[in-house]
Amino acid sequence: MKTVRPLIQRPWLAACVWVAMSTLSLPTLAGKTLDTIKMRGSLNCGVNTSLPGFSAADSQGNWSGLDVDVCKAVAATLLNDANKVKWTPLNASQRFAVLQAGEIDILSRNTTWTLNRDASLGLHFTGTTYYDGQGFMVTKKSKITSAKSLKGATVCVQSGTTTEKNLNDFSRMNKLNIKPVVFDTLEATNKAYFSGRCQAYTTDASGLASVRNKEAGNPDDHVILPDLISKEPLGPSVRRGDDEFFAIVKWVVFALIEAEEYGITQANVDQMKSSADPVVLRILGASEDTGKLLGLDKEWAYRAIKAVGNYGEMFERNVGPKSTLRLPRGLNNQWNKGGLMYAPPVR
Amino acid sequence: MHPAVFIPIAARQPPSPALGAWPWIRRHFFDGLANSLLTLLVLALLVVALPPLLNWALVHAVVQADNAACRAAEGVGACWGVVAEKGRLILFGRYPYEEQWRPLIASALLVLLLIVSCLRRVWRPALAWAWVGVFTVFYGLMKGDLAGLTAVDTERWGGLPLTLLLSSVSLVVAFPLAILLALGRQSQLPAIRTLCVIFIEFVRGVPLISVLFMVSFILPLLMPQGAKIDVLVRVLIGMTLFTAAYLAEVIRGGLQALPKGQMEAAHSLGLGYWQIQRKIVLPQALRLVVPAIVNTFIGAFKDTSLVTIVSLYDLTGALQLALGDADWRKFFIEGQLFVAAIYFIACLAMSRYSQWLEGHLNTGTRRQ
Amino acid sequence: MIPPAPPPPPRSRAWSWRSQAFRGWVYQFLTLALLVLAVTYLLSNTFANMRTRGIQSGFDFFLQPAGFAIGESLFEFDSAQGYWVAYLVGLSNTLRVALLGIALATVLGSLIGIGRLSNNLLVRGVCAVQVELTRNIPLLLQLFMWYFVMTELLPPIEAPLKPMANVFFSKNGLQYPLPEWSAGHWGTVLGLLAGALAWRAWLHRAHRQFETTGHQPPVPAHLTGLASLLLLTVFGWLAGGAPSALSVPEVTEINLVGGGAVTPEYLTLLIGLTIYTSGYIAEVVRSGIQSVAYGQHEAAQALGLPRSAELRLVQLPQALRVIIPPLTSQYLNLIKNSSLAVAVGYPDLISISATSLNQTGRAIECIAVVMLCYLTLSLLTSAGMNIYNRRVRLEDR
Repeated sequence: MKTVRPLIQRPWLAACVWVAMSTLSLPTLAGKTLDTIKMRGSLNCGVNTSLPGFSAADSQGNWSGLDVDVCKAVAATLLNDANKVKWTPLNASQRFAVLQAGEIDILSRNTTWTLNRDASLGLHFTGTTYYDGQGFMVTKKSKITSAKSLKGATVCVQSGTTTEKNLNDFSRMNKLNIKPVVFDTLEATNKAYFSGRCQAYTTDASGLASVRNKEAGNPDDHVILPDLISKEPLGPSVRRGDDEFFAIVKWVVFALIEAEEYGITQANVDQMKSSADPVVLRILGASEDTGKLLGLDKEWAYRAIKAVGNYGEMFERNVGPKSTLRLPRGLNNQWNKGGLMYAPPVR
Repeated sequence: MHPAVFIPIAARQPPSPALGAWPWIRRHFFDGLANSLLTLLVLALLVVALPPLLNWALVHAVVQADNAACRAAEGVGACWGVVAEKGRLILFGRYPYEEQWRPLIASALLVLLLIVSCLRRVWRPALAWAWVGVFTVFYGLMKGDLAGLTAVDTERWGGLPLTLLLSSVSLVVAFPLAILLALGRQSQLPAIRTLCVIFIEFVRGVPLISVLFMVSFILPLLMPQGAKIDVLVRVLIGMTLFTAAYLAEVIRGGLQALPKGQMEAAHSLGLGYWQIQRKIVLPQALRLVVPAIVNTFIGAFKDTSLVTIVSLYDLTGALQLALGDADWRKFFIEGQLFVAAIYFIACLAMSRYSQWLEGHLNTGTRRQ
Repeated sequence: MIPPAPPPPPRSRAWSWRSQAFRGWVYQFLTLALLVLAVTYLLSNTFANMRTRGIQSGFDFFLQPAGFAIGESLFEFDSAQGYWVAYLVGLSNTLRVALLGIALATVLGSLIGIGRLSNNLLVRGVCAVQVELTRNIPLLLQLFMWYFVMTELLPPIEAPLKPMANVFFSKNGLQYPLPEWSAGHWGTVLGLLAGALAWRAWLHRAHRQFETTGHQPPVPAHLTGLASLLLLTVFGWLAGGAPSALSVPEVTEINLVGGGAVTPEYLTLLIGLTIYTSGYIAEVVRSGIQSVAYGQHEAAQALGLPRSAELRLVQLPQALRVIIPPLTSQYLNLIKNSSLAVAVGYPDLISISATSLNQTGRAIECIAVVMLCYLTLSLLTSAGMNIYNRRVRLEDR
């Protein structure tokens, strides 16, 4: 009672104690992301606020997209349930700080892999899930057909992205004197372009397709110029300091790509467990236990493929020619079909 | 030599009547050339601008959430259907749709508490307990995870409940801090005084946005390895520190207005420093500055709109979110007017209250 | 009877807990120790975190090329210049909007404040409505509204409004012809300076004449001053060779290039800040005028002074000493509120530091520099206003 009475007589003291207790959460063990995820029971995944095709939520709060599928695959591998993910929508300027702070485990938010980001921001890129390039979108009325004719144009761009620097490099090299109008959030940038403030909009070509589809009153009024002015390899990244988790995420993505190479799909993954091909058996853990080396069990890849399908299926479902974005496979095809997707052997 | 006889001059005309409708109109509207011109100008502006505005806002307006009807009436009538369609998203942010009764009740409780706290009859220690109780209920309702309510993460809180929470919690938590800072700034001890001055001047000299950036980017670096702080708590810390500095200046004004004789009498009675502050100085000083404290609360209420920049979707942020929808984006102005009306009513009520309070509390010290 | 000797005072050591001075020292020592402990703890956390996350630190990045372009600036900015030049551009953009905003807000605010005390009920009502509207709606919302007006309701770049020849108003902002700088313009600048000095000399002369003889000069000193300013400027311009090269906005394939320009973002920020702050300044001016004793008003009316003369000669000089301190804080608020530029896409100091932060990852350095800049601006403004305050303060007898 000696401690309780002062608390009752001094409500301000009780309030302080209550506030202090509710602000601090359980400390996690540094470097042991896998253990933390298992203890927590869910994967924390950082995604875009709304980029249909890559990461967007419908009105019921269900997330879908290419980046979303990567996180779902990792969750299925680690926790045996693709839905045990906590989604954190992020805009471009906060995404790295949130990953560094530990609030998310994976950043799967159409983020370009660059030296600067890999080396100085305290993160590791685990690979590329989409090979892209930066492009421009203009209105059909403006009759601009090439990026090189954007002399002196005003271009809407989002802050905190590689887009700003690439735009500047392109402008300098071609002596275009482009005037950027820089906004904080994707929504503000979209609004400014579609209200006519800028003559062009620039971001990754896949982003352009997504934005045009979602935001334009009439998508046919806007043209995406064919020139790509930079290389933008998009992929997920994790925090530095945990090599084990880094390896897991990297190899889940490679497993999904290899699955397409060897013809394993979401539908036939169960039958493929008794396939004649030893490579397939190895991937699915039916012959060898590769998961043990990663700290997982032998069916790690099987769970990932069962949850989201192989890379080709992910692509087709979210951004492919039959989806609303209608993007061609192009560079994102398998290496033996003319693309750049080459997964090291899961062996 | 003047004669000693008083010769009155002729009587002058009586002055023109000051009573009556026409003299009143002349005095208040046509008093001189400049005033007359201004009156005519304002009347002309009103006549030109008001009827089309009323036409647009009321007569031809579309009230149902019908996108086609709104587009058809574009430019001719306002589309208040935006409010009907997106109202819940604007008011409650990304809170799950089925659970939105919870923030509704929570906000209603908090607003009720704020209104009740305005009555002077209720100013007793029990009120502090009521505040603690309502905050606990608010947190429990919004967060869930007990008594069968599903858990909702703080990242999904948004809209009006978030605005109310941020402004009231930051003010309540900043209050004791501000008292300490104000007393410290007046202290005789040089180290404490310097520290308080540095803190107050530093926080008052930087914009709130940079404080919010600081708590977003730098606070996670200051925490020990592995400790995590909720986004909402981070923003609350930033806003609390900011409000505390401004409140400290307000309280310092009250402390300085107190006659020195009070302190001297208290010393002669042999009271200790903290006893003096608690029993004599603070009750009087705080009563002097209650209107200024209400003004600080109004300021904090409006400043919560800045958390949009660190991606917490308060009322202003939820508006941006709701109008990201391509179909409804054209009717941005109606959405903005809706949110502006909410802020306007709330702030106007609070500022009127503060003026009334000022009149009531300082009856003894009122000047002419 | 000799009273008994008073008892000897109790022996107390200099460092007894009963001594207030001693207690003071102990409290200060404890506070400082706690502060040092807290700072050490936080710093060690920071260094440990930065090490594990591989974040680099240091101010050397300021010399590296920025690599991004800035949409509008007072002077030419090339993206190959260092980050510190980008910061300077940001600072100049902030000052551009803040200084002009302060000037306009003061003028508008004073007019509205005086209008609230007018006899004319319509004027009083309009001013009251403006003040209530602008004070009760958050600035961010007002900025969004103005930006909406600018970007939706202005004509597109292809079909701009042309209020005057060579002046274009469109979604791209206001573009106007700008004189091109050449060496001959130094003559104009010198002429301007000479004209300002001449104006001051005229005022001084008129004041001295009034003090000694009690007569005002036949032509008001301000008019002669203005006339001499204009004449000397024109003379300087002619002396410099009358350079008249103008950079005119030209219609290129897709845009208007050349000339001077103010973007919609700048206009939004300027108009929004001016109108918002003028509401507060109006209240400050009004309360200042109302703080002047009512007897002064009655005496002025008894003397038959018209309202404008009464304001100018009786009320405002006395009200100034009440107005200046809260006016200073409104100016500081305006400077700090200009940081909202990041939400409407205007490249001010905070926006540029946010871009640098994202590109270099050096959060602490970028934010620290920004805070330092704003602190310096605030200190300079309050210092300047304090000097002015001391000059206009009426000394009580």
